Amino acid sequence: MIAPLKWLLSYTDININSKEELHDFTEEMTLTGTKVEGVTAKGADISRVVVAKCLQVEKHENSDHLFVCQLDIGAGEPIQIVTGAQNMRVGAYVPAALDNSTISEGRTIKAGKLRGVPSNGMMCSFEEIGLDCNDYENGNNDGIMILQDLGEFKDCTEEYFESIVGKDIIPVLGADETVIDFELTSNRADCFSILGLAREAAITMHGKFIKPQISVKEECNENAADLISVEVQAPDLCPRYAARVVKDVKIGPSPKWMKERLQAAGVRSINNIVDITNYVMLEYGQPMHAFDKRTIRGNKIIVRRAADGEKITTLDEQERTLDSSMLVIADAQGSTAIAGVMGGLNSEIEPDTTEIVFESAIFDAVTVRRGAKKVGLRTEASLRFEKGLDTVLCLEALDRAAQLVEELGAGKVCQGVIDCSTGEKVMPKIKCSVEGINTFIGISATQEEMEKILIDLECTPCFDKGYVIPPSFRGDLICDADIAEEIARFYGYNKIESRLLNGCATTLGSRNRTQKIQDRMRKQMTGMGYNEMLTFSFISPSVFDKLNLPAECTLRDAVTIQNPLGEDYSIMRTTMMPSFLESIANNYAHRVEEAALFEISYVYIKTDKYPEELPEHREMLTFGKYAANGNADFFEFKGDVEALLESLKITKYEFEPEKEIAFMHPGRTARLFVNGKDAGIFGQIHPTVAKKWGCPANTFAAMFRTDVLMANVTDIPKNKELPKFPAVTRDIAVVLDADVPAGHVEKLIKQRGGKALESCTLFDCYIGAQVPEGKKSLAYALSFRDATKTLTDEDVSKFMKKILNGLEMQFGASLR
Amino acid sequence: MKNKLEAIQKEFDERLSLAVSLDKLEELKVAYLGKKGELTSILKGMGQLSPEERPVVGQMVNTVRAAMEQKITEKTEQLKAEETAKKLEAEKVDVTMPGKTKKSGSLHPINQISDEMKDLFIGMGYEIADGPEVEFDYYNFEALNLPEGHPARDTQDTFYITEQMLLRTQTSSVQIRVMENKKPPIKIICPGKVYRADNVDATHSPIFHQIEGLVVDKGVTMGDLKGTLEVYAKHMFGPETKIRLRPHHFPFTEPSAEVDVSCWTCGGKGCRMCKGEGWIEVLGCGMVHPDVLRRCGIDPEVYSGFAFGIGVERTAMARFGVTDMRQFFEGDTRFLSQF
Repeated sequence: MIAPLKWLLSYTDININSKEELHDFTEEMTLTGTKVEGVTAKGADISRVVVAKCLQVEKHENSDHLFVCQLDIGAGEPIQIVTGAQNMRVGAYVPAALDNSTISEGRTIKAGKLRGVPSNGMMCSFEEIGLDCNDYENGNNDGIMILQDLGEFKDCTEEYFESIVGKDIIPVLGADETVIDFELTSNRADCFSILGLAREAAITMHGKFIKPQISVKEECNENAADLISVEVQAPDLCPRYAARVVKDVKIGPSPKWMKERLQAAGVRSINNIVDITNYVMLEYGQPMHAFDKRTIRGNKIIVRRAADGEKITTLDEQERTLDSSMLVIADAQGSTAIAGVMGGLNSEIEPDTTEIVFESAIFDAVTVRRGAKKVGLRTEASLRFEKGLDTVLCLEALDRAAQLVEELGAGKVCQGVIDCSTGEKVMPKIKCSVEGINTFIGISATQEEMEKILIDLECTPCFDKGYVIPPSFRGDLICDADIAEEIARFYGYNKIESRLLNGCATTLGSRNRTQKIQDRMRKQMTGMGYNEMLTFSFISPSVFDKLNLPAECTLRDAVTIQNPLGEDYSIMRTTMMPSFLESIANNYAHRVEEAALFEISYVYIKTDKYPEELPEHREMLTFGKYAANGNADFFEFKGDVEALLESLKITKYEFEPEKEIAFMHPGRTARLFVNGKDAGIFGQIHPTVAKKWGCPANTFAAMFRTDVLMANVTDIPKNKELPKFPAVTRDIAVVLDADVPAGHVEKLIKQRGGKALESCTLFDCYIGAQVPEGKKSLAYALSFRDATKTLTDEDVSKFMKKILNGLEMQFGASLR
Repeated sequence: MKNKLEAIQKEFDERLSLAVSLDKLEELKVAYLGKKGELTSILKGMGQLSPEERPVVGQMVNTVRAAMEQKITEKTEQLKAEETAKKLEAEKVDVTMPGKTKKSGSLHPINQISDEMKDLFIGMGYEIADGPEVEFDYYNFEALNLPEGHPARDTQDTFYITEQMLLRTQTSSVQIRVMENKKPPIKIICPGKVYRADNVDATHSPIFHQIEGLVVDKGVTMGDLKGTLEVYAKHMFGPETKIRLRPHHFPFTEPSAEVDVSCWTCGGKGCRMCKGEGWIEVLGCGMVHPDVLRRCGIDPEVYSGFAFGIGVERTAMARFGVTDMRQFFEGDTRFLSQF
């Protein structure tokens, strides 16, 4: 909230006279919880610009568009300034920047000559002294600012103007306000007002808080209740609706002090009545509304739920459609305002308005919030209502408005207040104790210290009886922790002594098994030269086509975001492939020679019970690489896969050819089975897909489920005695059908070889002239060993026979 | 005889000095010491000598023989050394030429910070918890005292999946899941992704990382929270780092605070990094709200606790001098391999 400092301090006895004091003030406010986001000292950068009276205007001898002016600056002899402005006239009061003055944007003005004629400064426009002409009535940027032409000075006498000659222009315009931007938290509805901030300031700075004294004379003899009636049909959404009637209203401009305060707070002055409602809203935090009484048909105000499809044209001339979840203010014939959000155009205050009704009401916070959201209007009023307002302040604010009407002579206030209320709010007795608060925060404040803070906050501390009663405007104080916070804020968070859970149980910190294995995977991947990446978990639905996925593919059934940042970020990924390809393409586009990337993160899979259940968060280890120089090939990449498995001490695994994945090369893709469970796929990206994504043709990728891998990780490997007896090696080459996978052959050899077969290594695969068409030759180095004895030739021959028989039976293989 | 031996020895010495290869040396060895060698032939001729002369000559021959053997051995060593030196010289490479690179990979800077924080808090007795990113409204908002219609929901622009399901906006959702399943003492941190509907630019990302901390036990005070955060700040930003707590409002903690650390660039004097303030906001924290405890079946009359949420990106940006947040998520190996 933007708060003009002078206005705020006017409700306290605090004085701020220097930059240092201002800095201390903002620091202290921040440290008691009202954070200062920014300070704007308006006009502080303008110096030696004073009010001058124009005594004489003559044409420049060497120019037909320059004028030579004589100006009274209240310093004896008039000074001469040459100007190009066409609106100068004798008798005008204008801002004059003197020799060595500073104007907007830090420009320095010095005395000099213009076309040979001495000029001792410059006369200024709004812009040149850093002001926005639109903030002033009749203000414009055509030429020099002439004070008496402005609405703000309309009623000022010649004596007044004479008295300000020679004075700094900025304070004369009331533009020297220091404005502080406070960050408010959503629980502090009371601080959304100058008075609320002043209360905080007074306690923070150990000063006094001085509330305005309110008294209403009620100069009109008529009773408000005779002039208008109020019916609240939805008391659940409107716990209080109070109104006052003002007759003999004279619509006109507000006085200068009020305009200045509003302007400093960023609110444009409209007319005295509207300004009063805005002024009271800023001062008390209670939004108010003024109806032109003649527009209230049937002299009846009804607070009710809107009808579905009901239409209203709001003050901003927009037609809006309402529904029954919203609350409206209506008269006998139809709605006139969206309660708490914005008034209707039909009840607007006009220049000829003579009777008005002031509304000060409390509307349900959630209803206002939802309503404002639905019609797309967040107003100063709705922002306050939705934080929850005080039913007591509601009446005070209404009286304050009436008092201002009388002070400004803007009309005659009728007798009495129309007050529809569901009853006085009873504030809770919050159970708490001095000791409890001290223990909870970890301080040792005395009862007196606590009472002082609470009384300043207008709470009623009754520690002897074990409770504290908050004031009506502090609906956010509900439990003992809330009271503890109030004490801690003003005791000082930074005076709390630090400790390290001294009084608590000792716990054992650790990573769990999953987290430990994740770290092992990451370590292995970086060891193999892969860079860890992190990618967005949401993707575009268009990627499925780009992956060549068939229409019925289940991967297309993704968790969808209702309100995404855009189509590209609208679904939760069901596969890591798009994120991976995008990153690879990004590297390739930047002419990176070779890239190797990995990531451990979730894909999001709908379960049968979705959306009653959350989607499955399936963790995937994704990695892959390319090398523009051709260094990466399938077997090099498969080596990485095998090394990963070895590092995790996963022993039982197999690879099967996988031809069915639309985005993978059908002849260079394998599925990994770990202990019989499908762990995922790896291989070369399908060349047409790679091309579509802007990836090089030889891009390789692996996507593995970490849960399957982890289930088969050997946590603690067991030592095996090193062999004492020699191994016997045999090489064999067999000829069999070319499409028999080598993996199957190896599996069979191992089966048949049994325990004695220590290792089986494929060292040659040959297809060509030496073997028949459609056949291939596979050559294996076999190594046999027995832990208890040296194997004889006969032993080994027996094993070999068993293996060869098996190969022949299973694959029709013959020894080459 | 003696003369003859001296002559042989002299001749041997001359020939030895001329031998430049191991082959020549071998020839020499055979010529003098071999079965048909000069010395052997002298020994063979010993029969013609008188019995008195024999031992004398025998000893002379043996002395000469030993000397020759000694010299050949020495010369052999010398020639071998020379040959090795020659070979090594031939094998010389330009060691300043580049190596055959086997690239070492790298961990993501964000995860490096997470890892470091995990280690720090594990050292203080914390466990690491985990929770879903696609989350029920209940865990992300309602159970944290943010019922529907609560104005504080506005401060977190939320991606919704259904009316009841959303992408978590804060790791605080894990607090509830942990407290529902575990009784005090609870000491956990939870690092993870969170989501907010912020458009992507240099300092905003719709996906970023938080580390949530939660402690619940008997007698936990705000002083414990402060002490814990001091350890964190000094560890992450340097031993001279100071922290300050500013009262703030989070619906699920009471009292609540935002925490600033003294600027890591200027040490608190004020600079461009801290916008002249000397302090940089790094986290939000507070004492767990009694309603939140109660909702999870923990009696706030018996137990109290604190919670905090730290933004990882900001820490990583400060640590590594990253100025554009987008780089974290682009998978550009030129960027990643620096860390």
